[in-house]
Amino acid sequence: MNDTKQNREAMTQPESQERRRFIGAATATAAGLAIAPGIMLIEVAHGRPEDQAASSAVRWGMLVDATKCATGCNDCVSACSTENGWTPVAESAHPKQAPQWIRKLELEDPLTQMQTNLPMMCQHCAEPPCVDVCPTGASFKRADGIVLVNRHTCIGCRYCMMACPYKARSLVHESLNDTQKPDVPRGIGCVESCTFCVQKVDRGDGTTACVEACAAAGHNALLFGDMNDPESEISRRLREIPTKQVRADLNLNLGVRYHGI
Amino acid sequence: MASITFREVEGSSLKYWLLFGGLGLLVLLGALAWNHMHHHGHVVTGMDNQIVWGLPHVFAVFLIVAASGALNVASIASVFNKPMYKPLAPLSAILALALMLGGLLVLVLDLGRSDRLIVAMTHFNFKSMFTWNVFLYSGFFALVGVYLWTMLDRNVKTYSKAAGTAAFIWRLALTTGTGSLFGFLVARELYGTAMLAPMFIIMSFAYGLAIYLMVLAAAYAWTGRPLGDIVMQRLRTLLAVFVAAVLYFVVVQHLTSLYFTKFHAVEAFILRDGGIITTLFWVGQILIGCVIPLVILLTGMGKSRTWIMIACALVILGGLFQMYVTIIGAQAWPLDLFPGLVEKSSYFDGEIHSYAPSTPEFFLGLGGVAIALLVTTFAVKVLRLLPESLDDATVAKLEH
Repeated sequence: MNDTKQNREAMTQPESQERRRFIGAATATAAGLAIAPGIMLIEVAHGRPEDQAASSAVRWGMLVDATKCATGCNDCVSACSTENGWTPVAESAHPKQAPQWIRKLELEDPLTQMQTNLPMMCQHCAEPPCVDVCPTGASFKRADGIVLVNRHTCIGCRYCMMACPYKARSLVHESLNDTQKPDVPRGIGCVESCTFCVQKVDRGDGTTACVEACAAAGHNALLFGDMNDPESEISRRLREIPTKQVRADLNLNLGVRYHGI
Repeated sequence: MASITFREVEGSSLKYWLLFGGLGLLVLLGALAWNHMHHHGHVVTGMDNQIVWGLPHVFAVFLIVAASGALNVASIASVFNKPMYKPLAPLSAILALALMLGGLLVLVLDLGRSDRLIVAMTHFNFKSMFTWNVFLYSGFFALVGVYLWTMLDRNVKTYSKAAGTAAFIWRLALTTGTGSLFGFLVARELYGTAMLAPMFIIMSFAYGLAIYLMVLAAAYAWTGRPLGDIVMQRLRTLLAVFVAAVLYFVVVQHLTSLYFTKFHAVEAFILRDGGIITTLFWVGQILIGCVIPLVILLTGMGKSRTWIMIACALVILGGLFQMYVTIIGAQAWPLDLFPGLVEKSSYFDGEIHSYAPSTPEFFLGLGGVAIALLVTTFAVKVLRLLPESLDDATVAKLEH
């Protein structure tokens, strides 16, 4: 009996150890496979915990391919409005006073009749004139290049609107309805503009509402990413195709680059 | 040198209280206008995301510019040692303080969040011209206040020249700051030039003196105190020089812009095709604000006090038109994001932006003017700011 038992143990032990090792390795691999994309995704998207400051190692930017931007398509604008909770201008009772974080710009060369379509929004300058002129420092640039307005210290002086060369900013002229989003604070009497969907970026989505909408519509005219990372898709594309900055003469080093203008 | 007796105005007549009450009513209307704008937001104004600074800024900037100019009469007395101007100095200083107060009130009550004024007083970005102006304004109150004190209190009279000189230098810095609010803006074609700082200084000389002359003449006429022609004629010549200098700066600025092709479109807008802006420029700023006053002041008409008053009123009115053209005109012209291309969007790109000031905006601005005059009216009653007599004999003695 003992013999049998010992034999059995002798027979099963290596097998059992091997099995354990196999299970361990398999579990580790499975766990690795399960977690790795998440870790990689975080790595790619640079999502970060709330108590961690934005890093200057990252520079968020956008590439707009005007040659792919479809005439009459307004999906990026609608998506921005939905994501950030601002009323679309068409639904506003006061269109001239309604905030517009992003707009479709139609351009035409009067000589050649060449037409171009593109979205225009905050260009997230490296040297933003709005930040320079803001008396209270409410207009600020994050370390990762995103230009924002601090809702608590904006006094509504509109000096930034006078200074912005891209007409990117809006004043909230009237009390806001209940379309406000919890993670996109807005307020009457304050100035606001495109935030590069900072709430999505900080969540780790690695993209913006307009970019998602453009891709969903199949146009793929917009690309968002880290311009400081040479391996990122946006950096690769920026290396490959000629791009321009709007009002490049001002030398503001923009976070939004256009192809086909 | 003959001594001058300063005395408070009695301020007990019906006329005084009617003036006081009338100005008080305008201040009250201004306060109601602010309350309306603050409660509903800027949606009740004519301002929008295209014309972001409207009529309140026109009044505010005008008053702030005029405030520093009103101090000039005092500066001529203490800094440049002209004894004839000494008796005119206290009113000059109080008017400067009052106009500055009126202008600043309009400016801060037009903020989108005027309830957050404390934030503007506690959070500073020193790269902002606005921040610099906050310090320039507070310093102005302090220095002119001290200067006024040295004029009114015999014990500290010896410091008058030092205080006057400091206030004079400060006011030059202040108007440089006001002009640079616009001069330091890169985005708009009509701004972004160093020209605006000296131009605002020379404009302040003209507007401030015009207001000073009107207040002086009114105060003496309404209190029955003698005001001789020597004072009026001297100040008349000075005003003519200032108005001519303003015209010179305006001409040079536009000539320079007209030389550069990139500014042709915006210049054509202001000077030829801008509709109301063009009218306000040629009729308001140039004709009413400069040419007609110059004709009055430099010809025989200038001998008449009534005509001098008309010239002053036109300079003030022209100054408001000038501010309107400078502030609204520059915003009415669309930003040129893609030079050479025609732009169109839901955000009114490529369009001339129209602006119709609303009633609350007008009354807010007017409230600033009223508060400046109300403070002055009250100050001359409680402080010894006005000489009992400024007749020719008294003034002539000062110069010998």
